[in-house]
Amino acid sequence: MKPLLLSAFTATNALGRGNAATFNALRGRQSGLRPCLLPFADLDTHVGEVAGLDEVSLPPHLAHYDCRNNRLAYLGLQHDGFLQAVAAARERYGAGRIAVILGTSTSGILQTETAYRQRDPVTGALPEWYDYRYTHNIFSSGDFVRHILQLTGPAYVISTACSSSAKVFASAQRLMALGLCDAAVVGGVDSLCATTLYGFSSLELVARGPCRPADANREGISIGEAAGYALLERPESGSRGNALALLGCGESSDAYHMSSPHPEGAGALLAMQRALTSAGLDPGDIDYINLHGTASKANDAVEDRAVSHLFGNDTPCGSTKGWTGHTLGAAGITEAVIACLCIERGLIPGSINTSEVDPAFMSRVVLENKEQMVARVLSNSFGFGGNNCSLVFGVSR
Amino acid sequence: MQLYVDGVGLWAPGLAGWSASREILAGRELYRETALERPAPTILPPTERRRSGNTVLLAVQSAQEAIEHAAVNPRDAASVFASSSGDMEIVHDLCTALAQPERLVSPTRFHNSVHNAAAGYWSIATGSQQVSTSLSCYDTTFAAGLIESAAQVAGEYRPVLFVAYDWPPPPPLHAKRPLSAAFSVGMMLSPKQSEHSIAALKIETAILCAGQINIMADAGMEILRCGNPAARALPLLAAIARHQSAIVTLEYLDGNCLQVGVTPCI
Repeated sequence: MKPLLLSAFTATNALGRGNAATFNALRGRQSGLRPCLLPFADLDTHVGEVAGLDEVSLPPHLAHYDCRNNRLAYLGLQHDGFLQAVAAARERYGAGRIAVILGTSTSGILQTETAYRQRDPVTGALPEWYDYRYTHNIFSSGDFVRHILQLTGPAYVISTACSSSAKVFASAQRLMALGLCDAAVVGGVDSLCATTLYGFSSLELVARGPCRPADANREGISIGEAAGYALLERPESGSRGNALALLGCGESSDAYHMSSPHPEGAGALLAMQRALTSAGLDPGDIDYINLHGTASKANDAVEDRAVSHLFGNDTPCGSTKGWTGHTLGAAGITEAVIACLCIERGLIPGSINTSEVDPAFMSRVVLENKEQMVARVLSNSFGFGGNNCSLVFGVSR
Repeated sequence: MQLYVDGVGLWAPGLAGWSASREILAGRELYRETALERPAPTILPPTERRRSGNTVLLAVQSAQEAIEHAAVNPRDAASVFASSSGDMEIVHDLCTALAQPERLVSPTRFHNSVHNAAAGYWSIATGSQQVSTSLSCYDTTFAAGLIESAAQVAGEYRPVLFVAYDWPPPPPLHAKRPLSAAFSVGMMLSPKQSEHSIAALKIETAILCAGQINIMADAGMEILRCGNPAARALPLLAAIARHQSAIVTLEYLDGNCLQVGVTPCI
């Protein structure tokens, strides 16, 4: 593929609001995971919660979109000059020539959970205030964001579980390559809810303490919430800003099981190979791999197989989920932004909370931060249903 | 963008399969709304077929028919699964369980709640490790799915199975999202013409435009079209079934439309 510039990008998650908060926490090795005190979940676990969502209010004309997920979507737009960059792009290309492709796994399902606790005791009806379309429907966040950004180009929301907001890059790249749009806002938002907290608990995939990716004694995931966005433009568009670029995308399916990864990591391997091919790069060109690294027993073992098969034990790799938690449908964009920050500011973050790397692992999992030049990063996102996406970011020449 | 429809699948009340429905869609036979037959796609292993929910069965039914008509090896096809709401029966079950003091969630229900559940079961049944994308665009999900599919066909030059489907939510969700009937459509789309090609579709690069959307002449099918986001496909299916050149205008966002040129293949 031809590289696409990320002319603006931003992340909001448990580490704070905007890129500086995320990067400072990465460099300072400060995790955002805390004991779960959410009113809708009575579970002994840690979560990556975004502080202050209760105080966020949406613009009055879009108040019907109000729910935790869209509050997070809105909060996530307010940093790193993202609104200004999109406004400038809108001037350059026209509102109808900019696509909006977002990812989510559970959208605003928390609204439906709340509504189900308030059903009419006689008729069983859901309460009057509950609005399915503007809060819970999978398209809600995409619709909300395109209204905030006043964009009218092609738009939809991809929902492939934990690969959702990685795949948005691949879809946007195709639309741009075919000339169906001139620029694209990609990203994703997923917020904490009882469905995922109790659902992953029922699968015995949730750790009690903060998650420990690749640790010999890892016990499972910590669930987090996040919003993130990137504005994609063609390099020849003459836009200013940094020269960080999406270099390659690789997508695949495991065709194996709904909630367990392929035991040999076949789908993960295929996604990484396709991403490298798409970027025209060899494994040796990658300086750092941001692993999917959920800290579940199965994911980390299988991902290690796939990574070591392709990269041997040379390429430093690590997971940043010890900082943010697993932000599910927002993990792809969160880690895409982290990849870009690591390139821009020269950092390889070693996994935190991990005391001893699983002795069976063959890839080079790093546990200490290293400040050095990072030219290209591969970022992995794998989801339920065996849906995989790998992305390559780097500096465009 | 030019792409070819090599196979179609269809499942809706009174439209049990593309082969059985072509004459009805073309207006040469009368549409009679009948009770929906429960889809039972044979490509799913019997245990999976028994355990799967209505939404997965509905999607896989049309996927299977489309791919069989096209004589494509499903392992070779990428897929796009487009659904406005996904499996609302599972949403109902999960939210009902979470409203109880014990909050006991079934692990199987939970992993089947992902929007890409149908796509996951399809890839497991067929062994396809190709790209698979699941998406939603509320009432204009069909047009959005067609855009994503066409971009994959033209951009990656590969066959793409496009499936759009929605099963009506159970009460009490139904009152908040009142879909009138179940509907699924599958289209096997290819970048080049083959002996199986039924129609060529043309989508302009200036993809969105103002326009008057096509509706169905038959009152019963028009009710169906309006009652389910996947059934917004009906005017396009009718144009393909008539075997005549046409321009079909589908509703998209903000009053914009997606225009699709349809040309029959011999």
